[in-house]
Amino acid sequence: MTEGPATATDPVVDGETTKRRGWGWLLLVPGMLWLAAFFLFPTVQLFFTSLYDPSGSYEEGYALTWHFANYVDAVRDTWNLFARSFLYAGIATVICLALGYPLAYAIAFKAGRWKNVMLVLVIAPFFTSFLLRTLSWRTILSDEGPVTDVLQTIALLPEDGRLLATPVAVIAGLVYNFLPFMTLPLYASLDKVDHRLIEAAGDLYASPFSGFRRVTFPLSLPGVVSGTLLTFIPASGDYINAELLGTPKQYMIGNRIQSAFLTEHNYPLAASLSLILMAIVVVMVVFYVRRAGTEELL
Amino acid sequence: MADGKDLHLEGVTKRFGSFVAVDDLTLTVPEGSFFALLGPSGCGKTTTLRMVAGLEDLTLGRVLIGDEDVTQLRPYRRPVNTVFQSYALFPHLTIFENVAFGLRRRGVKDYRQKTNDMIDLVQLGPYADRKPTQLSGGQQQRVALGRALINEPGVLLLDEPLGALDLKLRRQMQIELKRIQTEVGITFVHVTHDQEEAMTMADTIAVMNHGRIEQLGTPGELYENPATTFVANFLGQSNLIRTEVVETAGDAITVDCNGQKVSVDSTRSHADGRTAWLGIRPEKIFANTSGPDQGHAESNGQNRLTGGRVTDVSFVGVSTQYLVAMPWGQELMVFEQNTGQRPPLPHGTAVDLSWSPTHAFLLDAQQDATAGLMRPEDAE
Repeated sequence: MTEGPATATDPVVDGETTKRRGWGWLLLVPGMLWLAAFFLFPTVQLFFTSLYDPSGSYEEGYALTWHFANYVDAVRDTWNLFARSFLYAGIATVICLALGYPLAYAIAFKAGRWKNVMLVLVIAPFFTSFLLRTLSWRTILSDEGPVTDVLQTIALLPEDGRLLATPVAVIAGLVYNFLPFMTLPLYASLDKVDHRLIEAAGDLYASPFSGFRRVTFPLSLPGVVSGTLLTFIPASGDYINAELLGTPKQYMIGNRIQSAFLTEHNYPLAASLSLILMAIVVVMVVFYVRRAGTEELL
Repeated sequence: MADGKDLHLEGVTKRFGSFVAVDDLTLTVPEGSFFALLGPSGCGKTTTLRMVAGLEDLTLGRVLIGDEDVTQLRPYRRPVNTVFQSYALFPHLTIFENVAFGLRRRGVKDYRQKTNDMIDLVQLGPYADRKPTQLSGGQQQRVALGRALINEPGVLLLDEPLGALDLKLRRQMQIELKRIQTEVGITFVHVTHDQEEAMTMADTIAVMNHGRIEQLGTPGELYENPATTFVANFLGQSNLIRTEVVETAGDAITVDCNGQKVSVDSTRSHADGRTAWLGIRPEKIFANTSGPDQGHAESNGQNRLTGGRVTDVSFVGVSTQYLVAMPWGQELMVFEQNTGQRPPLPHGTAVDLSWSPTHAFLLDAQQDATAGLMRPEDAE
């Protein structure tokens, strides 16, 4: 048993290093320029806006006075909106995962020749506008609508109970709108899982459930992580669902930012809220990805 | 070990639609033996293995281990483990965790000690904390072996386990596998298309073709006394000459080989018609230069065919391989060990061929004389 000297176990070492460096990095340039113009510059601009003197106004202009107190004011008035946003987004993400995982699993492992049809169906909602779809949920969840009727009939909802204008409606809307963002990465991960590994787990005394827990699920973790991120991040900043399916009592931080920017024209407040949201999300994502042990995704 | 854990297949059949992959297979693999299922790709050997593992349902028949009918048991309930052709190592687990997998699923308490022992047995001690992708092919192969063996299965199934290794490593692993099998005493059922691999390692070989067993026996029996043209050609090489059966007297059958009479031991006849294929292995034939007095091998009881002419000479080193054109137009292969007793015969030499009647065999003339011949695309 002397085959394979110890150095041969690191397959990356040889070959690549001696290759001449090409001009491949040039391929990065268009994307980098785009990001600089439409992400980096606006973010920096947003940062400065958040430090304007709040006594200025949209009409008269603002002065950059490094007014860090904007952040304190923003948090003081809106911390409950932040909390609600993350709560709704978190619940919606968990429900999306619970609905999306079995769906993605079925498409990847059980759909056979219907695989492509089912994938098209998953993204079919995108063929209509986000706004229209959310509006139609108003009809679905309306007081006289079928869902309310059924729930009242089977006494899951009291006679005077309603769905529209409740947290349930907002979360349902979030789940509906972001489900494809959960399902597709899950599908991509599950589809890559080698069936022979699942067979091997069965051969090694793992029951179907145990095989799923020890082999299939861990191998699909990259999909779980990217799916939850793609759901949670936009859901926590969303305002359309709360606007159309809820009331001000269900408003999320996105609604506050939207009204600060577009209605009150309080740019410093809106900018500092945006940056706080961004910062919290980044911290949560880093922590989450570390915990999930999938740093290679970042 | 006396409780009898022989593996029995009874009338095992597998159909995929109208295609019969495995056709009414019945065989017994004695406990503790190294058994090989040998055949070309598509002969049903892997399907047979997967049915024993429980990864494929049987269309008909039963699989028993000892007295226990496991036909209906799900794979994870069978006392059977598999070394997969692709190894199927869990990429997210370390070598240690891969090897411990089966024990932990069964709730074995002291799995740590046993796992470390097994990792030592397959000589991967320094690699226990690595992931499978950080190992070479041969090392991964040993992980797959250790991961299956540690469960001390009633039967260990090996699906072309050495197929992905290069030739030199494969030879090493053949010896290694045999050593481990002897050491642990577990029944090995080894599927392979490599006849040399099967002959080197197995106690018993079942040669499969078209979903059936062509012949079952020890490597020696199969090689020395093949029962079908397929076995004669698939294991080693054979000269097959069409002959007419002239008479059967006692232990000897005399056949007419294009006008020359030769005899074959009746225990070595697998033909019952008037015509038969006379089979002789190339290395069993001695080529004498023609002439009245060549002395060697001329003596008592040797079969002899005269009128040959050397048409091709390949010097291989350990042997010289001749093609000899016979008067009826067929070219026969003759291998001569390079003992240095005489120089290689030159091209065009007139030769007579001789061999012992106990070395030839008779096969059913209904069978295709080219069955089991290595086609170029099968070559390694």
